[in-house]
Amino acid sequence: MNPLRSHKSYLAFVGHRLSGVALALFLPLHFLLLGTAINDADALQRALAFTDHPLVKVAEWGLVVLLTVHLLFGLRILALEMTSWPSRYDNRTSWVIPALVISLLAGVIFWLQS
Amino acid sequence: MRASLQRHFYVAQRATALLLAPLVVVHLVLIMIAVKNGLTADEILSRTRGNVLWAVFYGLFVVAAAVHAPLGVRNVLREWTPLSQQLVDAFCVFLFLLLLLAGLRAVVAVY
Amino acid sequence: MTNKISVSIWRGKSDGEYQTYEVELRENQTVLDIVTEVQRQHEPSLAYRFACRVGVCGSCAMTVNGVPRWTCRTHVNQVTKNNSLTIGPLRNLPVIKDLVVDMKPFFKKWQTAGASFTGGKTRHDPVATISSESPGRKAADAGIECINCAVCYSACDVVGWDDSYAGPAALNRIWTLVNDERQVNKRAVLDAAFADGGCGSCHSQGNCTRHCPVELSPSESIAALKRSAFMGLPKTGAVESNKIDTGADRES
Repeated sequence: MNPLRSHKSYLAFVGHRLSGVALALFLPLHFLLLGTAINDADALQRALAFTDHPLVKVAEWGLVVLLTVHLLFGLRILALEMTSWPSRYDNRTSWVIPALVISLLAGVIFWLQS
Repeated sequence: MRASLQRHFYVAQRATALLLAPLVVVHLVLIMIAVKNGLTADEILSRTRGNVLWAVFYGLFVVAAAVHAPLGVRNVLREWTPLSQQLVDAFCVFLFLLLLLAGLRAVVAVY
Repeated sequence: MTNKISVSIWRGKSDGEYQTYEVELRENQTVLDIVTEVQRQHEPSLAYRFACRVGVCGSCAMTVNGVPRWTCRTHVNQVTKNNSLTIGPLRNLPVIKDLVVDMKPFFKKWQTAGASFTGGKTRHDPVATISSESPGRKAADAGIECINCAVCYSACDVVGWDDSYAGPAALNRIWTLVNDERQVNKRAVLDAAFADGGCGSCHSQGNCTRHCPVELSPSESIAALKRSAFMGLPKTGAVESNKIDTGADRES
């Protein structure tokens, strides 16, 4: 384990970056899928049919978790950059684990709902 | 010139982040509600067809995301790939246009 | 029975390798003491750099067990793992030989980032009176005392990933300049901080602050620089508040 890369604020960086990349890859597909409804609803329904596949379900679950991760780690960055720090050394690492827990909870809720 | 461009990029990314934060929260809540009983085109469209509020909501979402995502991807490509700056910038302009056009088309499609 | 420690030290340039030496453990031994002992007793050709040995000059920084440290103020018993120690040159800088790196890129970026003081007065003007209570002085206070050891520069991943990135030390210095009432044309200083490879490149990983030996917080300084893109230049304290604080108006 690289000691320069095994601490909470680094974990927040990696989580924020990887979730961001995944969302940036997913977003065009998401838009193109919804765009199929431009002609008729049936086209969207046909396009949505593949969401019944179990693997797609897992991917959807992952995206919900990643979106929540990106949101919460992003809020931490905004807090660091837009507000003064509680102390010189407090870069709000105490938010990191709760952010991950909340993201997993969002995933659990999504799983129970779908 | 160079300095102010970088600052504009920085401000644009953080400003869209501030805008996206509440939009994402609403979107997440909507996802949780929408997936109940499976995703169907009729259910999605019954919510969005003719609804100006959702159109404005997702219109804003698309514009903000189209600005926010390429700026983030730009950093990742700069730092983690050997691609030249020109190539990275060209790709990010492409990603911006793709997200903006495909996104607005989707908003129009479900309206 | 003498206690020995197994010390692996980098030999050669960037394509060199670690060599291991058995060094005697002593009371109050620093990592720099270990390196010196290896050079005196085992490996006369070992190149390393040091000057003051008391944490002032900033020349003895090395990578110790994967972490950049000032070796003269790092005790062996704080960092030894399984009775062994790995000592290498600083990361993110070209290796000249063994433990000596070329500090030129570090100082060069410091200059190109515009992180040097420009005053508007001459020696014939009276000395500027800066209240120790003014917000500018307090903010600058938190960031000065940097010893230019390049530990933060070496600890930062972004420096390694992005050749243009100025690095934590230079940006921390810019933040102190922006808060210095005597600095002229602060707007230009701030503009320079937002150039390519400026504060916008920082991702708040926080390694600079975690490892700064003199306990500065470059990470906080850079966050404050970023904030100024929205909030404008920080207030440094108006001239009228530049009274010398006698403590008379303080509640007892």
